Order: sequence, then structure tokens, then C-alpha cells
Amino acid sequence: MAERTLRQWLLTDTPTSRRHAKLSALYQGWLAFRSNTMAMVGLCILLALVLIAMAAPLLAPHDPFVQNLGNRLAPLGSEGHLLGTDSLGRDILSRLIYGARITLYIVALVALIAPVVGLLVGTVSGYVGGWVDIVLMRITDIFLAFPRLVLALAFVAALGAGIENAVIAISLTAWPPYARIARAETLTIRSSDYISAIKLQGAGGLRIITKHIWPLCISSLIVRVTLDMAGIILAAAGLGFLGLGAQPPSPEWGAMISEGRRFILDHWWVATMPGLAIFIVSLAFNLLGDGLRDVLDPKAGE
Amino acid sequence: MTMLSIEKLNVWFGTGRDRVDAVKAASFDVGAGESFGLVGESGSGKSTILRAITGLAPTWSGRITVDGRAIERTRPRAFYKQVQMVFQDPYASLHPRHSVDAVLGETLQLHGFKDIDARVVRLLDDVGLGQKFRFRYPHQLSGGQRQRVAIARALAPEPQLLLLDEPTSALDVSVQAEILNLLADLRQEHGLTYLMVSHDLSVVGHMCDRLAVMKDGEIVEIMNVAALRAMQATHPYSQHLLQASV
Repeated sequence: MAERTLRQWLLTDTPTSRRHAKLSALYQGWLAFRSNTMAMVGLCILLALVLIAMAAPLLAPHDPFVQNLGNRLAPLGSEGHLLGTDSLGRDILSRLIYGARITLYIVALVALIAPVVGLLVGTVSGYVGGWVDIVLMRITDIFLAFPRLVLALAFVAALGAGIENAVIAISLTAWPPYARIARAETLTIRSSDYISAIKLQGAGGLRIITKHIWPLCISSLIVRVTLDMAGIILAAAGLGFLGLGAQPPSPEWGAMISEGRRFILDHWWVATMPGLAIFIVSLAFNLLGDGLRDVLDPKAGE
Repeated sequence: MTMLSIEKLNVWFGTGRDRVDAVKAASFDVGAGESFGLVGESGSGKSTILRAITGLAPTWSGRITVDGRAIERTRPRAFYKQVQMVFQDPYASLHPRHSVDAVLGETLQLHGFKDIDARVVRLLDDVGLGQKFRFRYPHQLSGGQRQRVAIARALAPEPQLLLLDEPTSALDVSVQAEILNLLADLRQEHGLTYLMVSHDLSVVGHMCDRLAVMKDGEIVEIMNVAALRAMQATHPYSQHLLQASV
């Protein structure tokens, strides 16, 4: 009974306080999201990934760095090594579990840097217009004109190999599409009546951009970021594969594929297992992004 | 006493060959406490005059005087405490992610009011929306309710001059009457001056004391409502407009 009334309280059309209105809007979004089965699958996989990364020392059956040359390239399901061992006899399952931490670290950092830079550049460019718009958009064009991985390679080559530099390189190449989206949205929003109305209250540009334009741009950016996450994970893995991202013996998934490549014909699981992990996580982000688009996209809703 | 005076107002968009003259040499005066109508067909420049007064159409020449003070290019915040506008489409004039409380609260905060909570409550009562609407989002409101919120927002700074840009044309006929009556009541209570744009002569006849007829960016005739009701227009275009609306 208490649950029933809580549900009614959340679904009311007449919220009684600011907090109530916010919670009610959140709950309705959650209901819309929950009805999308595939998106829930994606969310569950990602939640599982976060839990695995957090509990890595408890879950991993072996130390991911301990080598055992006597038991190298053990096949799937061999005793004590469910997913086999790699060329140095390290347990692949343990390395995958610890690798989840690196993947999440990369994803989180890129998700914090690229969309924020893109949002800033795009909304300022779209709202201010004039020569500011021209300068910012030409810079964006220059970054867009480079192939992503090649530009990332150039940055890593200049800054040195390593996860942090790989993240910076990926972020630097990932922000221009966000700037474009944010600018396009801003252009449609800035001429709308509700922006005119707040201008008539004497609001300045900073307030209009941060309080009125950002809330409307952010939802489409979130959707775009989750859909791009697969690409970012793949780019990080690609850099790792080329030896320019995470350095051995770090259990980064892309670097693990790169190591397993030498034995791919005789010992296929060494490269396949991290490949499957990348595939599953990328897929989960895509499913989540699709579901979020249904919930957050202001054009689809209402 | 004149609240708003417009002399030889020209408004244009674009430059060079793309230049469109939306308003040409328009002049009229609106007295304090008066309700003045601007009528004409779509594209005759009625709304553009309102946008030029508020600064939303930045390219204009001529002289606009509000309460004896000429308007500069950049308008100080004090100007917006005096002049406010209600937009045509209530579905487009409210931010889709801001609740009624946020819309009114932010407006009051921008105008430097301290007792924001009490004022939000009073504004909602003024426009005939109860407290139960305070924390709703625009998608939880009907068109008429949205327009009431927009009117409350325009009233928040306690302006003297209210510019109404076809405030009922996007609403159902039954709701139109409610909003028009609300506007008429508010004008009496707060002693407001209205400048109202409409293409509906019956609305103007109901709401206004005098009106100007516009055609192709020019004011062709200024007459009072008695003349409108008696169908006594002098200019052929206004006669045509009157005939068409019977």
C-alpha cells in the first residue's frame, strides 16, 4: 500500500514543491527508460562492469601480473584458468577483470573532457555568432578534417605513450562533433520565443547560455556520448593495439589483443577473449544510448 | 499624458539587395492607461513594431519614447521593468525544461526582488492560476494555462506598458475569451497601458480604445473604436478590411 501511494505521489500532475516536481520528472523518465528492454540490458551490463571493476581484487582468481612460463597458452577451461592463459602464463580472466578498470578510467575521462569542451565551444559559437562563430567553427573544421586515429597517433607520438596521453589524444579528436551538435541546437534555440522572453527580463549572455541553452543541448549530447563510447573504447583499444596507449604489462584490452595476435592461428582465445569483452561493453553502450535517446530527446518526447 | 510615442519608425532586416523594409515611417502615440490596437494582415509589420520597441529587432531608425524618455540602442534593465511583452504562441514562449516556479522566480530575481516566494504566489493568483500549478512544467499545462503563465511573467516586473503580440491567436475560441477578459481585468487593476497587435478586428474592438491599420509596413489610418464599430473608415484599405471581417 505504501508503495502504491509513493508511486502516485511520484506520478502526480500537481507537484507540491520544487523537489517533488524534480523527482516526479525523473521518475517518469525512468519509467520510459525501463520500458525499453534492450536499453535495460545495456544498463545492466554497464552496471555489472562497474561492480566488477570495483571488486576486481576480490573477483580475480589470480594476480593479473604473475607470470607462469610453465603453464603458458593454456586453453579455455583448463584447471584454475577458466579463460586460459596468455603467452606469459598470466590468467586471462584476471587480466580482463583488472582491464575493466582501465577501460572505465578511459571512458570516464573522455566523457568528462570531450563533451564539455564541445558544449562550451558549440554554444558560445552558436549564441554569440559573428566572427567568434567563424573562428571557433574553422578550428572545429580543422580538427574534424583529420582522421581520428591518425591525429591521436600524432598526439601520442608528441606527448609520449601512456593511458593519460591516449585519453587526451582521444578527447582532442572527439570534441568537434559535439561542438557541431551543440552549435546546431543553439542556433534553433536562440531565436525561439522563450529566449526572447528571458532577454526581455534583461538577462545577459552568460545566464542565457548556461541556464537556458545548456539544459536543452545536454540531453542530445548525453545520447551522442553514450553512442560514441563504443568508438572511444575501440580507439583506446586501437592505440593500445598499436602499442601507443597502455603499456605492458598493463592489462588493457586492446594491448591484450595485440599480444595475442602472434598466436591467433594456434591459440585463438588469447586475442578473442579481450575482443569479446570490448565487443560486449561497446554493445552495452550503444543499447544504453538508444534507450537514453528515447527518454531524453526533447523532439521525440512530449 | 503619453506613455509611448513612436515617430517615423523604420525597421528593416538584411542589408544591400536582401534588405526588407518591414516598417516604413510609422508614427503614433499611446496615452497612459490607454489600450491601443495595431491591425493588419500577416506580414504588414505589426509585430515588428513591438520587436523594435523591445529591442528584439535591432535595426531600426526613428524615435521611440517611453514615458517621456527616448530609447537608446542598448536598453538598461530599468527599461524592462517598465515595458514587457506577451508573445503570440504560448507553446513556444515557455522554456520546456523550466517549471512555472522557475520561470517566474528567475524573472523576479533578475529584476532584483527579494520576496520572491510571496510574489510568485501573488502572480499566480493574479492570472487566475492556483498554487497547484506552481511546480508544473509547460507540458503539464494547456494552451490557455501556458498563456496565463506568460502573462504572469510579463507582469512580474510590475511594468506600466504591456506589449501584446496576438496573445490569443494560438488558442481555442473559448479560451480566447477567458484570456481577453483576464487581460482587461488586469489592465484595470494595475492601471496598465496596452499596445496590442491583432489581425482579429473583433478582438481589437473588444479590447482597445483606438487602433492603427497597417498595410505593407505603413500605417494607413488611425481611428477610434467607435468609428470601427460604425464601419466609418476613411482609407479604402481599412474599408476593405472592415468589410471582410463582417
